[in-house]
Amino acid sequence: MPPHNSANGHGASKRAADQAHSSTHSSTHSSAGATTATSPWAGFARRGLRNQLVCAAVALVLWLITTGQRGNLFTAWVYSACIGTLCWFFIDGGRLMVAARLAGRQHLPLSTRLRWPGPGWMLACVLVGTALGYTLGTALGDAITGFNTPTLLNNRPAIAISMVVAVAATWYFYATERLRTEQAATDAARRAATESQLMLLQSQLEPHMLFNTLANLRVLITLDPARAQTMLDHLISYLRATLGASRSGLHPLSAEFDRLADYLALMAVRMGPRLQVQLQLPDALRDLPVPPLLLQPLVENSIRHGLEPHVAGGRIEIKATQLGERLLLTVRDTGVGLAPDVPAAPATGNGNGTSHYGTRHVTERLATLYGQRAYFRLALADDGEGGTLAEVSLPMPGARPAPNTP
Amino acid sequence: MPSALIAEDEPLLAAALRADLARLWPDLQISAMVADGLSAVQQALTLRPHICFLDIRMPGASGLDAAQALAEDWPDDSPLPLLVFVTAYDQYALQAFDAQAVDYLVKPVDSARLAVCVARLQKRLAGTATATSSTLDQLRALLANHGALQAGAGAPATRLEMIQAGVGNTVHLVPVAEVIYFEAADKYLRVVTAEREHLIRLSLRELLPQLDAQQFWQVHRSLVVRASAIQTAQRDESGKVFLQLRGRPERLTASRLYAHLFKGM
Repeated sequence: MPPHNSANGHGASKRAADQAHSSTHSSTHSSAGATTATSPWAGFARRGLRNQLVCAAVALVLWLITTGQRGNLFTAWVYSACIGTLCWFFIDGGRLMVAARLAGRQHLPLSTRLRWPGPGWMLACVLVGTALGYTLGTALGDAITGFNTPTLLNNRPAIAISMVVAVAATWYFYATERLRTEQAATDAARRAATESQLMLLQSQLEPHMLFNTLANLRVLITLDPARAQTMLDHLISYLRATLGASRSGLHPLSAEFDRLADYLALMAVRMGPRLQVQLQLPDALRDLPVPPLLLQPLVENSIRHGLEPHVAGGRIEIKATQLGERLLLTVRDTGVGLAPDVPAAPATGNGNGTSHYGTRHVTERLATLYGQRAYFRLALADDGEGGTLAEVSLPMPGARPAPNTP
Repeated sequence: MPSALIAEDEPLLAAALRADLARLWPDLQISAMVADGLSAVQQALTLRPHICFLDIRMPGASGLDAAQALAEDWPDDSPLPLLVFVTAYDQYALQAFDAQAVDYLVKPVDSARLAVCVARLQKRLAGTATATSSTLDQLRALLANHGALQAGAGAPATRLEMIQAGVGNTVHLVPVAEVIYFEAADKYLRVVTAEREHLIRLSLRELLPQLDAQQFWQVHRSLVVRASAIQTAQRDESGKVFLQLRGRPERLTASRLYAHLFKGM
């Protein structure tokens, strides 16, 4: 009986699932990374210092409103600083503690939750923190100045002022922190997008592919100049599409198939009889708008990981089909499949790190453009010929895709 | 008359190399043209050419793997062929070269560079000393470099503690700590403990980064042995080393590429 378990238990389907996982992981990681860049303690200290400015301002205003007598400014500042600092300490500290508790209960990393415990908890923090801060701060102020301030209940205006300042300061800190976090998230998203573009470009303009293509071209120039010229034309459109194409907007499905044909024509020269190509695009679907170069990474994967390592070579089929309200695009090869023992390609600039990049890119792009309305699936072709089947299913264009992220 | 084998999977490039060689070195006889790494090894072992031009990225087995197989399986009564690696782009793997025993060509191959390569090969073939020992050193360095690269390229490997070997509906759990050696057998891997052996579907290449290199030594392209299970190592004239194990009756053979692991202190 044949053994069927591998040491690490990686079947083909699990592998596909792992890839999907790794893509979601990487995105949460990058955004989390941005927020943890400012540690909770740095933020705490920063707010503490700014709070001293608030205290000084409050003291100045109180002094101006009351009499403006000499000497009173110092007293006002002492009380303001004592009460303000303790209020800040209890409110901000309490908030961090509550947020940490809540994050812990939900098994979320603290950094991902903005450390905002929600309005209810925050109100409780402000009330309790202000009461504590006022009481202890007044006592501390009395100790410093030697005065005897009436107790909390007998001094309603003072507690009201403290409360108003506390709410205002909390609101101010909340707004600035939120802005800061959003800014960090935007920066991280932008960085991830640029990185993603770069990785894709690097995987498509892989030096190995380029130099081998040029080597073939060099041979053809003397051997068969006409064919060399055709090959050069394909290379030019391939490069133009890969380097120049904006990946935003849409282009007709026929243009998508033309770009794939350019790449496959180059590969057909290189691989000779080892590669057979079938492109099937029904006339009715030619003008449908699709995201540019959506299938390119899938076709390149089929060649690079499916057919190139396969001694006998094989066939690649690219098909567009309408299934009711959906457009089904499939890339299928008869190569080595998703077997765990993929013959290792020699190390190049694009090592294993980028080899699954194509499928991740397609998944992310579909999610951005279509949300839940599109899916991507990678599986072993199960019709006895072997190889890999990649499927992209889109809502039939016409009902315009509503992008959920800009 | 000197003979050569060309292993290159892209037909146009293979034909062009052959044509260029015919022009630059009319005496060189091309004994075989193959398009994959496995045929390269098989044909080279059968035809015993003086020179092998090996494309690095080929289906079946890479040029480096083919070179390793040749070094290990080459019969003792003739010197190893001179190896010339051909690659479109492989900056890292080629860092290990100093083009003495082994040369390399970068595609597209221009005639001037090929002429230099031909001159070098002719000089080596005319020389009296066989290239075998320096070729082996070179290959060793190349493989080590390549292995390190591959280990670094993938996800950081976690140490394998437990092997799950399935037979029918039963899964046997085999602690790595009990394994005496691993042997690659076709698409499977034999996992041998003192009591019994299991087959798992995993390549040695995938397994290696998950093992502690201090504990498990690769002694052949298809053999990884627990170092502490090796009792004695005996060398024969050809450079092969025979290993006697603790806890297993069979003797294992370490290839000459790994014979340097077994030197008396």
